[in-house]
Amino acid sequence: MADLVKLTIDGREVQAPPGTLVIDAAKTAGIEIPAFCYYEGFSLAAACRMCLVEVEKMPKMMTACTLPVAEGMVVKTDTPAVAAARKGTLEFLLTNHPLDCPVCDKGGECELQDMVFRYGAGESRYLETKIHTPEKQYSPVVFFDAPRCILCFRCIRACNEGMGVGALGVVFRGAVSEIAPNVGDHLECDECGACIDICPVGALTSGTYRYKTRPWEMTHVGTICTHCGDGCKTTLGTRNDRIIRGNNRDHSGINGEFLCVKGRYAFDFYDHGDRLQTPLARVNGKLEEVSWSQALEVVAKGFKKTLAGGGSFGVIGSNHTSNEENFYLQKFAREVLRTNHIDHHRTGDVVALVDALSGKTGTLATVSDLYERKAVLVLGADLALEHPLLSYQVRANFRHHQAHVYAISAGTVREDKYAVASVRVGTPAPPSDPSRFAHPQGEATAADYFGALEQLRDRLKAESELVVLFDDSFKGGDVHKLVEFGESLGIPVKYIALVDYSNSRGAIDMGLTPELLPGYKPSGQTGLTVDEMVAADLAALWVVGANPYKSGAARQAGFLVVQDMFLTETAALADVVLPAASAYEKNGTVTNVTGEVQRLKRAVNTMGAKPDLEIMGFIAREMGAAAALGPWLPDVVFEEIRKTVRGYEIPMPVIATGGAAHTTPVNGRVPVELRPDLVRSDHNGLFASGTLGRYSRVLHKVVESRLSR
Amino acid sequence: MLYNEPSPLETKVLTRRFGLPNSATLKTYLDTEGYQGFLKAAKMTPEQIIDEVKVSNLRGRGGAGFPTGMKWSFVPRTSPKPKYIVVNGDESEPGTCKDRVLIENDPHQLIEGVLIAALSVDAHKGYVYIRGEYRYLIDIMDVAIADAYAAGWLGKNIQGTGFDFDLYTHTGAGAYECGEESALLESLEGKRGVPRIRPPFPAVSGAFQSPTILNNVETFCAVPSIIRDGGAAFAALGIPKAGGTKMTCLTGHVNKPGVYELRLGFPVKQMIEEVGGGIRNGKKLKAFVPGGSSCPVLTAAELEGATMDYDSMAQRKTMLGSGGVIIMDEDTCMVKAALRIMKFYAHESCGWCIPCREGTTWLRKILDRFHAGQGVRSDITLIGDLAKNMLGRTFCPLGDAAAMPTISIVEKFRQEFEDHLDGKPCPYEHAEHMVTV
Repeated sequence: MADLVKLTIDGREVQAPPGTLVIDAAKTAGIEIPAFCYYEGFSLAAACRMCLVEVEKMPKMMTACTLPVAEGMVVKTDTPAVAAARKGTLEFLLTNHPLDCPVCDKGGECELQDMVFRYGAGESRYLETKIHTPEKQYSPVVFFDAPRCILCFRCIRACNEGMGVGALGVVFRGAVSEIAPNVGDHLECDECGACIDICPVGALTSGTYRYKTRPWEMTHVGTICTHCGDGCKTTLGTRNDRIIRGNNRDHSGINGEFLCVKGRYAFDFYDHGDRLQTPLARVNGKLEEVSWSQALEVVAKGFKKTLAGGGSFGVIGSNHTSNEENFYLQKFAREVLRTNHIDHHRTGDVVALVDALSGKTGTLATVSDLYERKAVLVLGADLALEHPLLSYQVRANFRHHQAHVYAISAGTVREDKYAVASVRVGTPAPPSDPSRFAHPQGEATAADYFGALEQLRDRLKAESELVVLFDDSFKGGDVHKLVEFGESLGIPVKYIALVDYSNSRGAIDMGLTPELLPGYKPSGQTGLTVDEMVAADLAALWVVGANPYKSGAARQAGFLVVQDMFLTETAALADVVLPAASAYEKNGTVTNVTGEVQRLKRAVNTMGAKPDLEIMGFIAREMGAAAALGPWLPDVVFEEIRKTVRGYEIPMPVIATGGAAHTTPVNGRVPVELRPDLVRSDHNGLFASGTLGRYSRVLHKVVESRLSR
Repeated sequence: MLYNEPSPLETKVLTRRFGLPNSATLKTYLDTEGYQGFLKAAKMTPEQIIDEVKVSNLRGRGGAGFPTGMKWSFVPRTSPKPKYIVVNGDESEPGTCKDRVLIENDPHQLIEGVLIAALSVDAHKGYVYIRGEYRYLIDIMDVAIADAYAAGWLGKNIQGTGFDFDLYTHTGAGAYECGEESALLESLEGKRGVPRIRPPFPAVSGAFQSPTILNNVETFCAVPSIIRDGGAAFAALGIPKAGGTKMTCLTGHVNKPGVYELRLGFPVKQMIEEVGGGIRNGKKLKAFVPGGSSCPVLTAAELEGATMDYDSMAQRKTMLGSGGVIIMDEDTCMVKAALRIMKFYAHESCGWCIPCREGTTWLRKILDRFHAGQGVRSDITLIGDLAKNMLGRTFCPLGDAAAMPTISIVEKFRQEFEDHLDGKPCPYEHAEHMVTV
């Protein structure tokens, strides 16, 4: 590493690597140089002029955000000239800025307020009229108030560079410049809300949060988003036990400050009118509201009767319940119900990957690998739609490190814009009839993919390292073939098997499959799969957080118990429906697509629904099996997981403090029959999220308002 | 077409062909030693060409006055990237009307200057950026370029020298800021005309992120003479460190307004009296702008002993600038002049940086209100204050260009501002003047 550069800032000696900007070097010395337009990670603007500082031997003041450190440089940020410059610039800014603080959403967390507080210009010398234009709505989620805009251009850079969408631009000139949609009169974009969160003032505001509350009235809870498998930390602002807004305020997750529309806005499924808060039981053929004790009694009676009669149990688990719940459920099934008919809807072939990577270490990639490694290969998925965080990391890797990105897919993907090589395989899905193919990109066989991989072989071999992401286009033996291909390149390769939901990976890790126990230990037994359980003549079927009867299959099970948040098609067929809490209403842990475990932190309480773990615990107690299964507290169950599940021997402080710990499943063969026929990704795009998405008003509004998909 | 009678006091180097019949045609150009500089330069080494330009003491004629030879020497000729020549024909500085007559009357001189520059840095592509308002000049330039191609003075293997060069015109779209070199490059590349962060400078990373020579029309037009007749001859026409002639636009309250090519160092008094024919209607001189509205104004007293060159103007705390001289007589309302100037800058501010877009707008509003008779005493100090708050703090010199003349007008004509206070009508309201808003 090159020698550090020594310079002096405000009389203090500072050392920084060559190429560091003065504004960042000052930060390391605890000196704040104010800036609106400078934002780490995006291109430089030098537009706001707030960061002007005095530099010895330079005739004019220099912007600290564009000045790299130099040996012996002497920088002064605490002189009267610098203070006057900051005050003067703020005074200029406030001339057209409206006095909206009393009604502006940003009040209380506004960077302009903070700056004026600290650097002056509180009293105005402005006697003229202010430029005013009415507020505009650019999308269901994005409102724009031009008078408040300070033209820092962060929103444009966040959308263009960060998201790779480029929906925002500038129109007109001078003091009447305005941020506007680049095409047409409204935004057709990812609706991620990055522009809103990055806006330092209240120019861009959230359509779902406007005028609802003040930031200091909220308690902010950083928890893990319950939608896709990427595992972003989202900050839920709650007041009086209601979630008022979601944003990226807590930057400490693996996603940094990235969030997509689902992470930010689609929490609103949680208080949909159809949300179940009372247990239901079938009385005279109709589902009626009953009390918890009544419902639990019916369940326990039904289960005990089946046990006594030697009847068959089926258990269908969930893609978004916590690790503790999954662990407890499979234990309940195997040890108390004495059944191995336990499965969940698998969305990616993690098992085949773990098996294929037997004997190798360090071959499972993390989210930060996507940002750090020098080359990335994406197979099948349009990451920007299905795994927005992973896409964001790859794009940032390209922007900051000029990483080489390769994409092989049946249709166009956002990675095409900056890939060094993009290969089309198979048949693309026609826009007029996108549902014709199971895969949204189109139709391509594994052979098609391997053909394209051969085409790219020489270029991939020339890389120094590679991360490979693949979706359900690769399953079973094809995953082994893919790993063999990776081996043959002769370079270090890491893999990610894409799975759909917030705890899809955890479901497999915790053994919600007939062939595997927790930690990829073979169960040594056979068992029915989801579709088989739906079709079988089971005595009792217990469905937790899943909707296997979605496509209208007839109920065969004698006794059906469903735990869910909504009255889904499956719940509507049940004998007992137990209202469950969402991920935002309980504690526990989830494991994301890259195997990183993070804890859920309860944001709000429920009025009647209970966390799935509690429900299972109460059922166990009702059946007299509580002692066998142990306490149904997330912390206690997680301790057991840490002690007994291979790959989950992770340091507790990391989890307890809200960090992410990378789990590494067993390194060795997983000697079970591969079941590629069971793997089917839902390929949820940005505005779909399985069952939960159906109850999100924001996602509905966004889909309805779009003219193009 | 010529817009004024030539003056016998001119030194006609760049304007030597002005007034000849069909001066803009290739035939006339070739008949008058046209393209001889290029043929000579094609036999010189790039270093020799640049040295000759350095010897000539040619300084950028757009307004900044940067030594041209030095600018060209910054281009890394051996870079694997393609090099570009870009002509700044965005003449928008108020008071300036010289580039238009150069293009109109002698477009091939510009082409030849571009070719010589291209030889010095191994460039093979060039763009003539002409402001959109000069629609008719773009047509004239296109004809000249087409004629040059047809006769083998552009394109492949020019006149058997083995040198290739392609030249294109590019239209601006009505923005003064696009005369700023990095904003011009942004506009050329199809983006908003907003300046770039420097460094890197265009010589290293200019058009399409490649090394670029970007100079004013007049600067390129001087180059053929420099190569053909030698840099020393050109230098001798001017003063030490500033060689040659300057196209000077005499505008305002003179009897003979027009564009005149005068040696650098020409005495100001002589220029106004003899070249310009003196102030109209026998009036007295009140204010003098040497080179476009961006320059601080000078009073008649400050013109004692002044000459039209960079040093003389710098000594008087102003600039030679673009050569757009604006002469204001005793009947000019200086408050209205300040307002007119600020209206221009507020309108043209690109909006990128806070001090310029908000400062110019605020100042325009104050001056508007002030000239309409609703000013208060504290406004006078405020105007100076705000202008100083812009000075040196903006992203590009447009902010300085707005601030400096305003500060000079308020300081030197403070009484006129006082005379507008307390609702008093403008003292010059009934006088005949050319400053309109």
